[in-house]
Amino acid sequence: MEKRVVFRGWLLPALLIAPQVFISAVFFFYPAGQAIWQSLFIPDPFGLSSQFVGLGNFEYLLGDRFYRASFVTTAVFSILVTLCSMIPALFLAVMADRLIKGSGVYRTMLIWPYAVAPAIAGVLWLFMFNTRVGVVSWYLGNLGYDWNHVLNGGEAMGLVVLASAWGRISYNFLFFFAALQAVPRSVIEAAAIDGAHFWTRFWTIVLPLLSPTTFFLLVVNVVYSFFETFGVIHTITSGGPQQSTTVLVYKVFSDGFVGQDLGSSSAQSVILLFVVGMLTIIQFKFVEKRVHY
Amino acid sequence: MKKSVLGALAVSTMLTPVAAMAQTEVQFWHAFTGRLGELVAAQVEEFNASQDDYVVVQSHKGNYSETLNAGIAAFRAGEQPHILMVFEVGTATMMAAAGAVRPVHEVMAASGADFDQDAYIGAVKGYYTSTEGDMLSLPFNASTPVLWVNRDAMAAAGVDPDTDLSTWQNVDAALTALKAGGEECPLVTAWQSWIHLENFSAYHDVPFASQDNGFAGTDTELMLNGEAQVAHLTAMGQWAQDGKFIYTGRRNEGGANFRAGECALFTESSAGYAGISSEAEFDFDVRPLPYWEGVGNAPQNTIIGGASLWVMEGHEDDEYKGAGQFLSYLSSSDVQAKWHQDTGYLPITAEASAATKAAGFYEANPGTEVAVIQMTANAPTANSNGLRLGSFDQIRGIIDEELEGIWAGDKTAQEAMDSAKERGDALLRRFEAANR
Repeated sequence: MEKRVVFRGWLLPALLIAPQVFISAVFFFYPAGQAIWQSLFIPDPFGLSSQFVGLGNFEYLLGDRFYRASFVTTAVFSILVTLCSMIPALFLAVMADRLIKGSGVYRTMLIWPYAVAPAIAGVLWLFMFNTRVGVVSWYLGNLGYDWNHVLNGGEAMGLVVLASAWGRISYNFLFFFAALQAVPRSVIEAAAIDGAHFWTRFWTIVLPLLSPTTFFLLVVNVVYSFFETFGVIHTITSGGPQQSTTVLVYKVFSDGFVGQDLGSSSAQSVILLFVVGMLTIIQFKFVEKRVHY
Repeated sequence: MKKSVLGALAVSTMLTPVAAMAQTEVQFWHAFTGRLGELVAAQVEEFNASQDDYVVVQSHKGNYSETLNAGIAAFRAGEQPHILMVFEVGTATMMAAAGAVRPVHEVMAASGADFDQDAYIGAVKGYYTSTEGDMLSLPFNASTPVLWVNRDAMAAAGVDPDTDLSTWQNVDAALTALKAGGEECPLVTAWQSWIHLENFSAYHDVPFASQDNGFAGTDTELMLNGEAQVAHLTAMGQWAQDGKFIYTGRRNEGGANFRAGECALFTESSAGYAGISSEAEFDFDVRPLPYWEGVGNAPQNTIIGGASLWVMEGHEDDEYKGAGQFLSYLSSSDVQAKWHQDTGYLPITAEASAATKAAGFYEANPGTEVAVIQMTANAPTANSNGLRLGSFDQIRGIIDEELEGIWAGDKTAQEAMDSAKERGDALLRRFEAANR
């Protein structure tokens, strides 16, 4: 039988959710509404005049083959960042969980990169891979590999993925580690007594029990790779070479704040809002079904 | 003890507003940090000390793009500064915003200070003047590209450091000799679009865009896929394939390589002087930017890069007077000559240039005059006044991408420039629509 507690009156609940509603309204609904409104105009940068163009901005964008290409770039980038930040994090968490001595030290060290701001992480990786003075590119050069992310799109993509995923591994590690601690020891011990090896136990018991965390991290990481990787891309490649690392959110920035084209920039924000909304719905509809709480 | 401190506090709190009321405040937003930031601060301090009516308050607002964005955002919020520094590629954006800016020639003439537009060097002010010849903003830091030569690297590769590098034909031969002599980085460049397309076009007197490079109207189209430009980029693309031209990035990344002595030739702004002269541990030369012998009217004159000062609308008359006087002070011969000598930026008045020459600065610092001569050798034509294109910061980004396609060998110069024109024109049409 289902238990349900019913609160009487509406004042207290309304009061309790009011701060959240207020914050969402001011920082989310109002700007989002503004973006939708502005996407129908071509304004001049100073706000002195603007012309109503209806869906003209969207037409212009979708007719631009570089804009369409940046959808593919974004998909590739997001998938790579999500994979590269979640798989190593899970691996490290499993390893750290097995430690008996010094796990505190490992934990602290592994969480450290999360404290580095994206732009600084970008600069750090940029220096290591700098085509002329970078340490890593120098070693690669010695091995006979000519690293040049300034001209090679694939290498540029690899570098921004690496730099974006690196700090994120810590974040994911933290969640995986906490979730691993919550896996009941008795279940694992029972399986061990039955003769299951470590990896068998991992695949059949631990991983399914981690699924709520994995799902949460999947959503959060996809959103991260969509929106927060801007700093890394800006510092390392500025979207180049030849647009190969221009993800959707970077184009919003570059059209809005480099090109001062606020109409196109707003239209792109609206499209981005739509895309991320759809992705989240898909994730909740299909992926969540496979999650065991 | 405590009482006297409190008393002093009370007195100072009472006095401060009075002192501030007596002086009219003029806000000045700029994009300079480091040594340049210090020099700007010193100029402001000197101006403030020189009179009692106005006080200029300078603040740093980030890099060029960020400063422009800060100014635009502030204008939308009604909090704009009086004087805003805008880099040269933002010129068209500012000019199109007639209700947001007040032309500098009006402000300076109304401030009561001596103001003669003819005192400014044509090629410098040309970038910032209206088609009627009125100065809309005050050139502040202007530079032009030159060729930097690492004499030691030339000698080490067995090439005569004094060899004539005035034409690209000669440079081509020198690059081949350098490469053969074991030089791993014969040529490197900074600001590729600015130097190898924008300045290249002006220097050879071929159009970069229609409508006099955008001076005559916003219905302009890029013409950078012309024969002369494509031929130059084809040659450079070949050098890149042969390892004679090393690409390091879109901005001035190559400067680090050149200053470290790793590269033999470097095309970079004349304002690179401060950095190169302080860091380079080798003999270097400043040479005029090379040109292709027999192409266009080369050598015409090169154009400038850098920033100018815009006066924004929406303030009191009194404050404009202060802004005008500050701008006049900045244009004065002494201030300009000192700025030119300290930074390597071009002087904006002929008088400042003459004063620098008379002080023997050019003789003591060989090469510093090259940029001035290169800029002023010929009267600017419609192709060499400068560029006035909307969304130009972004168009430069497009050009950079396409150039990278050439250097990587993915595209021919013709394909890349055709594509740059197509993509750039789309942005120009957007700009035209926004400013109709």
